[in-house]
Amino acid sequence: MSKQSGWKRWLVALAVLHGIIACAGFFAPYDPAEQDRDHPYLPPMKLHLVDSQGHFHARPFVYAAQLPDDALDPFEKSTAEPLPLHFFVTGARYRLLGLVPFRMHLFGAQKSRIYLLGSDAYGRDQLSRILYGGQISLLAGLLGAGLTLFLGVLIGAAAGYYGGWRDGLLMRAAELFVALPWLYLLFALRAFLPLSVSPVESFLLIVLVIALVGWARPARLVRGVVLSLKERDFVRAARAFGATDGYLLRRHILPGTSSVVLTQAAILVPQFVLAEMTLSFLGLGVPEPVPTWGSLLASLQQYSVLVSYWWMYVPALAIVPFFLGYLGLASALQRETGTEKIVRTTGGARW
Amino acid sequence: MVRMTRLRTFKRLLSCGVLLASAGVIPKPASGLPPQARSPEELLALPGEIGKRGGRLVVSLRAEPKTLNPVTAVDAPSREVILGAMQADLIHINRATQLTEPALAKSWKVSADGLQYTLTLRKGARFSDGQPFDADDLLFTFRVYLDENVHATQRDQLIVGGKPIAVRKVNAQTVVFEFTKPYGAGERLFDGLAILPRHLLEKPYAEGKLSQVWTLATPANQWAGLGPFRLKEYIAGQKLVLERNPYYWKQDAKENRLPYLEELVFLFVPNADAQVLRFQSGETDLISRLGAENFSVLSREQRGYTMSDAGPGLEYNFLFFNLNEPGAKTSPDLTRKMKWFREAKFRQAISAAIDRNAIVRLVYQGRGAALWGPVTPGNRRWGNASVRHPQRSLEQARALLKEAGFTWTTGTDGEPGLVDSEANPVEFSILSSSTNADRTKMATLIQDDLKQLGIHAQVVPIEFRSLIDRVTQTKQYDACVQGLVSFDADPTADLNVWLSSGGTHLWNPSQAHPATAWEAEIDKLMEQQLDAPRYEQRKKAFDRVQEILADKQPMIFLASPDILVGAKNSIGNFHPAALEPYVLWNVEQLYFRGTSGSGRQ
Repeated sequence: MSKQSGWKRWLVALAVLHGIIACAGFFAPYDPAEQDRDHPYLPPMKLHLVDSQGHFHARPFVYAAQLPDDALDPFEKSTAEPLPLHFFVTGARYRLLGLVPFRMHLFGAQKSRIYLLGSDAYGRDQLSRILYGGQISLLAGLLGAGLTLFLGVLIGAAAGYYGGWRDGLLMRAAELFVALPWLYLLFALRAFLPLSVSPVESFLLIVLVIALVGWARPARLVRGVVLSLKERDFVRAARAFGATDGYLLRRHILPGTSSVVLTQAAILVPQFVLAEMTLSFLGLGVPEPVPTWGSLLASLQQYSVLVSYWWMYVPALAIVPFFLGYLGLASALQRETGTEKIVRTTGGARW
Repeated sequence: MVRMTRLRTFKRLLSCGVLLASAGVIPKPASGLPPQARSPEELLALPGEIGKRGGRLVVSLRAEPKTLNPVTAVDAPSREVILGAMQADLIHINRATQLTEPALAKSWKVSADGLQYTLTLRKGARFSDGQPFDADDLLFTFRVYLDENVHATQRDQLIVGGKPIAVRKVNAQTVVFEFTKPYGAGERLFDGLAILPRHLLEKPYAEGKLSQVWTLATPANQWAGLGPFRLKEYIAGQKLVLERNPYYWKQDAKENRLPYLEELVFLFVPNADAQVLRFQSGETDLISRLGAENFSVLSREQRGYTMSDAGPGLEYNFLFFNLNEPGAKTSPDLTRKMKWFREAKFRQAISAAIDRNAIVRLVYQGRGAALWGPVTPGNRRWGNASVRHPQRSLEQARALLKEAGFTWTTGTDGEPGLVDSEANPVEFSILSSSTNADRTKMATLIQDDLKQLGIHAQVVPIEFRSLIDRVTQTKQYDACVQGLVSFDADPTADLNVWLSSGGTHLWNPSQAHPATAWEAEIDKLMEQQLDAPRYEQRKKAFDRVQEILADKQPMIFLASPDILVGAKNSIGNFHPAALEPYVLWNVEQLYFRGTSGSGRQ
């Protein structure tokens, strides 16, 4: 594996993963908010190719689940009725990529709903919720990281380049932001907001909060790089030739920080996804019935769910490939650009 | 777990018609008196399994009690400990039969006009420090409770018809209570009124320091009560240890003095899940107030304990809308919404659209009952059988909304949306307590039900205190899912909920004058049932109240959970009841069967 293709492979893998989440409507068989009140906490259905009589079927199928007479728990498999999987079926309305109205889903079943990853307390399809939940969590992470880096580069470059009292002021502010007990401030903030915050508003709020918390660390990193860059010979030479501050920053200094910024981005995105999950887990995130990875895990706060329904943990597994992808990309980028030393010594944000 | 129980009405006014029903419980003189006895004791003999002396029973308490002083106790844990285990009342409501029975008063007579109650006190009864109890303690107790300067929580309860109850001593064993208004058999009033020991509390009372004594830090020898257990030790943040009161005035059918247990320990375990874990690991012996999900977790692997479903209790959960008068501070947005909420047809439509059976199935896993009124199936005597239980009907809901002037338009997402006569989309938020997963779940189900009517509802779980503040003080909310637990089956227990002047009249609390004609009628009917001498008359009045509630839907009743409890197999005389305290109501009779019982599983 050449050095060059290392980070590209990670990038392709991430693009595929994000593509799946972006097209959640197509891959998810059902609407994530649709309740099936006869099937709460249904365990995942197994895909079969061989039926109970031993016959082979080319089309994969599942067995419907039923409650035993007069009981509410647990579900039993009813082998009487195989439910074959159908592909490219027409189902719940959704907008592909949030724009194009669409009704086609990758798969579905005709007679009854199928739950490949089980259902939650309201009989909502866990697979659909995980896919849709990723949209919010990942978007929050990406937007949050973008905003953070924008703020971080702006402040870090200003502090590093101008130095003096401006540097002192900005860096003390950064230290303050790192030291504040954010979680408690968030609780207080939520109490002041109007009661019913729509999902879009609370999503934007989360992104804003994540960015506000996060800018301090990248700002300090960028400042360090800028400090060393501005003393380099080529920068001094440019200045001697009469280059303005704006030109120097744009042309010589900021491009020099790009490797740090890119690597930071790859590290920050998963961190901010985790931040969103933390907020939603604590009920400060996007309200029901909109799913996010954090709110999907929130039901695990209940002891009974924790010990009874193992499939409620699955959303926690969903983040693993994404995190692996981002961290793999980050280390490949580090190797590529040789910024390893800087990043290693400064560590990440505290979430 | 914070529940609405804190808001429970403390008014337990006289209920008539519930007359003596304690024929099986005949006080008889005890033999085997302690040598230091000065007068013959009249012990109360309880029927039931004969137990074995000894053992320590450990139970969880969801919060640390704030005090051991009955005069200042308002929080649920304090009341549970004080009234449940440390103090005794004159006349007691049997939690199993829901009827009254003699306690410290061994018998009582009501005058023909219903104005006078003559109570005969148990002879030879003594406080837990060995001091005798007599009519003077009783007079002292009522003087304290009725003293305005003391601010006793019991005072409200003892003001009947605007006048305090008068207490007169006839002799050391006989006391007469006089009412200014005719009352039927109002002996339910005396349940939950702890008797204060004059010999310990007269001095602090005279000095005006009564509310400062009997904190949790009180030394055990300065505390005395008439309940089955007395104070032994308190460890802040951990536990409260009570020990057997050797002077307790009850015995079993074989004349063994009760209680059987040597010690009763309350562990402070604030979290419901943590209580489950403690019980599962055997650290606690009993568990009550279980959610359905935890109940099925515990039921799945019963190791040395037995779980039981005691049937529906008295908790009723409901959705209510903000029916207050819009004030100067009300936002225009809320004022506009309040116009919908005040329309009875709108509320009826919401009620018709709610799938109550789904709530029972999904929230309580089937361990509960759907409700169409405040009287749960756990209440044996007060339900109105003629109140209809309509099944969910979206057609009916739509018809009602149409009648009320609402129409549907197609929104931007292609889904039909409900709009009012001024083309405003119908949207509102539903508050629920963030610490109560059950009610938040109900709200989420309602949200989905209403979506099918084109109503966009949002569930807003907030902290319990700010929820109460919004509902009763600032009145800045749209709708709310809450629940109440009556602590007596008698309708007077919830007087504060139904009277328009009541503080727990949640949809429009503490009104100076009834805001609507139907609220005025409910007020009148509630007064009527208070005054009526016979059960049938009272029932008729309260039946009518239930009909009005079903028609006007100020509260849209949802469901009532079963009382789910568990106990170690070794505990004898364990009979959970639908009334609080669900498992400890007969704590004096609970006992450990010994190794032969608990060893086997």
